[in-house]
Amino acid sequence: MAATPDVTAIEAAALRSDRFRLEREADWKHLDDIVTRLEKGRFRKLSDEDVLALPVLYRTVASSLSIARETSLDAATLAYLETLVQRAWFIVYGPRASLGSWLRRFLGGGWSASVRAIGLDVAIALMVMIAGTVVGWLLVSSDSEWYHALVPGQFANARVPGASHDALRATIFGNDGQDALGAFAAYLFSNNAQVSILAFALGFAFGIPSLMLLVHNMAVLGAMLWLFHGAGLTVDFIGWLSVHGTTELFAILLSGGAGLHIGRSMAFPGERSVLQAASEAGRRAAQVMTGVILMLVIAAGLEGFARQLIDNTPGRFAVGGTMLLLWLLYFYAFRRETDGGESI
Amino acid sequence: MSAAIPTRLRQSTRDRMMVTPEGISLPLTLASRGTRAGALIIDLSFIGFLMFVTTIALISIAGGTAAVAAKAEQQNAIGHALQFLFMIWIAAMFLFRNAYFLFFELGPRGATPGKRITGIRIAARDGARLSAEMVIARNLLRDIELFLPLVFLASASDGGDMGAAGIAAAAWFLVFALFPFFNKDRLRAGDLIAGSWVVEAPRRKLEAAMSTRRVEAGVEAGGGTAHPRPAFTFSDGDLAVYGEYELQTLERVLREHRPDALRPVYEAICHKIGWTPGAGDERAFLEAYYTQLRARLESGMRMGKRKADKFA
Repeated sequence: MAATPDVTAIEAAALRSDRFRLEREADWKHLDDIVTRLEKGRFRKLSDEDVLALPVLYRTVASSLSIARETSLDAATLAYLETLVQRAWFIVYGPRASLGSWLRRFLGGGWSASVRAIGLDVAIALMVMIAGTVVGWLLVSSDSEWYHALVPGQFANARVPGASHDALRATIFGNDGQDALGAFAAYLFSNNAQVSILAFALGFAFGIPSLMLLVHNMAVLGAMLWLFHGAGLTVDFIGWLSVHGTTELFAILLSGGAGLHIGRSMAFPGERSVLQAASEAGRRAAQVMTGVILMLVIAAGLEGFARQLIDNTPGRFAVGGTMLLLWLLYFYAFRRETDGGESI
Repeated sequence: MSAAIPTRLRQSTRDRMMVTPEGISLPLTLASRGTRAGALIIDLSFIGFLMFVTTIALISIAGGTAAVAAKAEQQNAIGHALQFLFMIWIAAMFLFRNAYFLFFELGPRGATPGKRITGIRIAARDGARLSAEMVIARNLLRDIELFLPLVFLASASDGGDMGAAGIAAAAWFLVFALFPFFNKDRLRAGDLIAGSWVVEAPRRKLEAAMSTRRVEAGVEAGGGTAHPRPAFTFSDGDLAVYGEYELQTLERVLREHRPDALRPVYEAICHKIGWTPGAGDERAFLEAYYTQLRARLESGMRMGKRKADKFA
């Protein structure tokens, strides 16, 4: 130990509990010192011995605390020990600092495992999305005024009911002269990421707003599909959409599923308490959501660049189909032995 | 563990017991709502400041680029450069809004700068490890709790009059802002989903042991090497009147060391044990009484007998 306790001080102490304290004080101070340095963010200055000593000291001081609680009535010492054990506990059981190792575990199985774990919710979200598309189509085909209600102005431009075949065709082909592709992609990403965070976070209200959001977004798609169908451009439109759409819609599907997962766990917690069910579901869904953000980055890249650069329908289908296949393989076929579930 | 008898004088409704994986129960104090609101305001002003500085920096870079490129007459290059800057701006705004809290709370301190300034941090509710998923979940929820209704509110009140949308946005905001008032652990919606809570992160210095300080002082004063005899010796009956609660109160009085507080305590004890209060040596009397009372109560503890207070 760094400082041997003063023997005379220990002998001089009148009380047995004070002698106990003086004998162990060096360990406490050592732990206090390590914890203080970690709290101040000085990892570099910490020697290897100190890093190795931390868990050992933590357990030593924790046992000092339990002994002191049974033998000592020195309130100040007890309070100090409680605080010290608590501070060390925060560090010993804090988040694992290495972002790299977390990312490796996340990409190497953690993400796909949690996607599979919410399979039922994803299936429900998929049904809802299909239903939303159908609803959008049916609404617009019964009354084309619905189109303006559903499709926000910024998307519409030339894509309005009654637009000619050529005008519509121009919106999906021949954009390669467009200059601001990168900025457009960045904007789309930021926008879509907020939408999917919303779909996830609204799961909190038992998942119903998540589903409504999915229905609304897909109804827009259904309405546009109807529009292009009327101009005989259905296949071309789907091709145009599929370049990024397979990735983006998949991401929105997953975020809706994640939101629904939380909502469902809270509505039907089973034998767990509602709070416990919510937090378990929340952690699993958060992992899915981190991946969703990643998918949206890829989708935005595809949307901003690949879609405009590949100017023919078969090529677009090839890109979109490949992406879809890759995602499906990654989530459902790629299984690695995960050690002990997703949370720890 | 039998932690039935409180080890500290604690009365707050914010105190919770948490059991570590080693089986040691640790007292935690939940952060008060006001502290948390303060921490959030500090963090939001940091974020706002960062956004402002980044925007200004990018605009000035854009202005410089445009000027240079205009001289060189490279219209195409301006477009690309500005577009690149715009991408950086969007990415930076997204990161400030979403990654600021994540970045800081994932560190070993488990607290954003605002939380550190106000002395609070986040922890797992069940005493287990605080995982990255928890931090992510609690911060994604912040989007619907705070940013979305505020954006919604701002856009609803854009036209000058607050219609139904404004009322809806305000109601939305209030539901989440008042959420911590309607559950006993003061969780906000994000904490509820993530399984985390916000606690105080106190720091405390180890204070000197009471019994040794007196002896050392005695040795210095007396100059002898042998144990100085305590000036006051109390009989078993004198010590039996008080319990642990009174002992801790006495300890606090002695540590604070305010003469005007010592005097009434001294008189109360003298009255209780039937001594006639003198004057001038209150502190020596109280320290002797403290040490002997503690010795008595602690030896009782070792035998498994505890006396919580004078009524026990």
